[in-house]
Amino acid sequence: MTTSMTFPPGLILALGGIMLPFFHGAARSALILVTPLIVLVLVWQIPDGVSLTASYLGYDIALIKCDVLSRLFAIIFAIMAFAGGLFALNQKSSLELASAFIYAGSAVSVVFAGDLISLFIFWEIMAIGSTLVIWSAGGNGFSAGLRYAAIHFLGGVILMAGIAGEIATTGNTEFTSMTANSIPRYLILAGFLINAGAPPLAAWLPDAYPETSWSGMVFLSAFTTKTAVYVLIRGFPGTELLIYVGLYMVFYGIIYAILENDMRRILAYSIVNQVGFMVTGVGMGSEMALNGAAAHAFAHIIYKALLLMSAGSVLFMTRKRKCTDLGGLFRTMPVTCICGIIGALSISSFPFTSGFPAKSLISQGAADAHLMVVWMLLAAASAGVFLHAGIKYPWFVFFQKDSGLRPDDPPWNMKAAMILFSFMCIYIGIFPNSLYRLLPFQVDYEPYTVGHVVFQLQLLLYSGLAFFLMLGMLKRTLTISLDFDFFWRGIGRVLAQEFNFRLGNAWYGFTDRTINAVKRLVREIYRHHGPQGILARTWPTGSMAFWATVLLGVYLVFYYF
Amino acid sequence: MNEPWLVKPENIKILWRVLIAILVLVVVPDFFIEHHPHFGIDGTFGFGAWYGFLSCVVLVLFAKLLGAFIKRPDDYYDD
Repeated sequence: MTTSMTFPPGLILALGGIMLPFFHGAARSALILVTPLIVLVLVWQIPDGVSLTASYLGYDIALIKCDVLSRLFAIIFAIMAFAGGLFALNQKSSLELASAFIYAGSAVSVVFAGDLISLFIFWEIMAIGSTLVIWSAGGNGFSAGLRYAAIHFLGGVILMAGIAGEIATTGNTEFTSMTANSIPRYLILAGFLINAGAPPLAAWLPDAYPETSWSGMVFLSAFTTKTAVYVLIRGFPGTELLIYVGLYMVFYGIIYAILENDMRRILAYSIVNQVGFMVTGVGMGSEMALNGAAAHAFAHIIYKALLLMSAGSVLFMTRKRKCTDLGGLFRTMPVTCICGIIGALSISSFPFTSGFPAKSLISQGAADAHLMVVWMLLAAASAGVFLHAGIKYPWFVFFQKDSGLRPDDPPWNMKAAMILFSFMCIYIGIFPNSLYRLLPFQVDYEPYTVGHVVFQLQLLLYSGLAFFLMLGMLKRTLTISLDFDFFWRGIGRVLAQEFNFRLGNAWYGFTDRTINAVKRLVREIYRHHGPQGILARTWPTGSMAFWATVLLGVYLVFYYF
Repeated sequence: MNEPWLVKPENIKILWRVLIAILVLVVVPDFFIEHHPHFGIDGTFGFGAWYGFLSCVVLVLFAKLLGAFIKRPDDYYDD
């Protein structure tokens, strides 16, 4: 039972998605663009505190509970749905856009969920929506989507077990900050971390995301991992384990991206890398570090979507994904190239782009806490980000060699989406307070000191020097790199072979029985209705009169009683 | 063949010189400004420069080493 009038913004986004397949042409475009804007307006208007409750299975659940942190994530999710929709206007697959909006809507609902039960429900709808986005690409997307779904439903089961245990032991359904000190809470943490792309299951991300369509990955990059960052910030701030998990993710992403040849897999590994920075920030748990994790998530959604839009434009125009097939595209795709470079500079935290004021908060958090090793590793990783994403991606796609390809820039709407996000990257970079004032804690930090800017420029430019000096070692090859998914792909294959045999027998048994049943049915009908059948005979008039009398008699009897 | 400015060999030489000039320029301020090191090592001369360069060399070499074990042809998982 709802007790308040606040309309859930996530539901509006999902409803917009459900309506999409019934609209065409200009009406469809309008629906795609207007729905996220309505959501954005609604999100701004939701007051702090609980404003929508319901009762489910005897528990009171808070469907909308808002504070600064929820609002920050909901705002960027709505902006992302708008820009992603604008970019994807020419996407012919209605399934992809519809499921992307349902997926985005459930992500918005997750950040407003005030209790563990509704959190879990929206968490699972998100898994379904994102799987459909992957499946709608067809081709390799189907098996990649199956592996993706398997990992996420495993994560869902672990999360569900944790939530059930937590409610059983504490009797409390509210979703607040927890200390990881019991088995249920460890399970909840594990469920969250699987979605964040944490080891050892991180391979679901670079396995599945690059198999989506040119527009699908733009949506996927934004929601799953960032809702995971959100729930970690709210649920497990200051959990020391997260520092180590985050640092592992940071370096895992860099190393695998250096070895990678597929441009969108490079960017997929760099999602893990960037989320690693945020998870490290959550692990440190100070106000500075948590602000950093939240700010970095906000900035990351914009520049990562921008990078994937530029990669998506290249894929859309050339149908090619491998660095070995690409190169020299700056000649004919200037807008895509420049926007891609702006995204690449932002992810590298170049001064005057959005990554700089955001990531600096996390580093400052490490410095304030006197965590020297963490600070040194984060600085090394920042250099590594410039190496694997900041230079490597634009270099191999837009420069490198002349691949002979001469594609044009993509259609206007795709360019408009890229220009919008490029603008936001630079705006936040120049006016960091526009982002800082949305953060959960008061920011008492100035990113643009001479010393800090000089340090960052040295770090990045000398990484650039290292890149060009070692270009020979970084030359792309037609290879992939083994990851932990080797194990579950192996299990999948063995299971598939086993089931092929059993399912084959079962299938033949099933079809034989069905065919026999149909044959029997036809035989029976023929026996009764065929030329020799009892129902096909001509009836004497006398028997007609007899049966009419019986019917009238029965009617009379019923009439009197 | 009308090649863009950016890919002509003589211009690439110019670009390298510009890059080297910038690399020198960003280290020069370390003579004048006072850094506020948190740990000591980050106060050494040109810390960002040498640490960034070294980090990248280590990362690339480590990736090469790991790659020797985990790289496979890109049709490895295809049936």
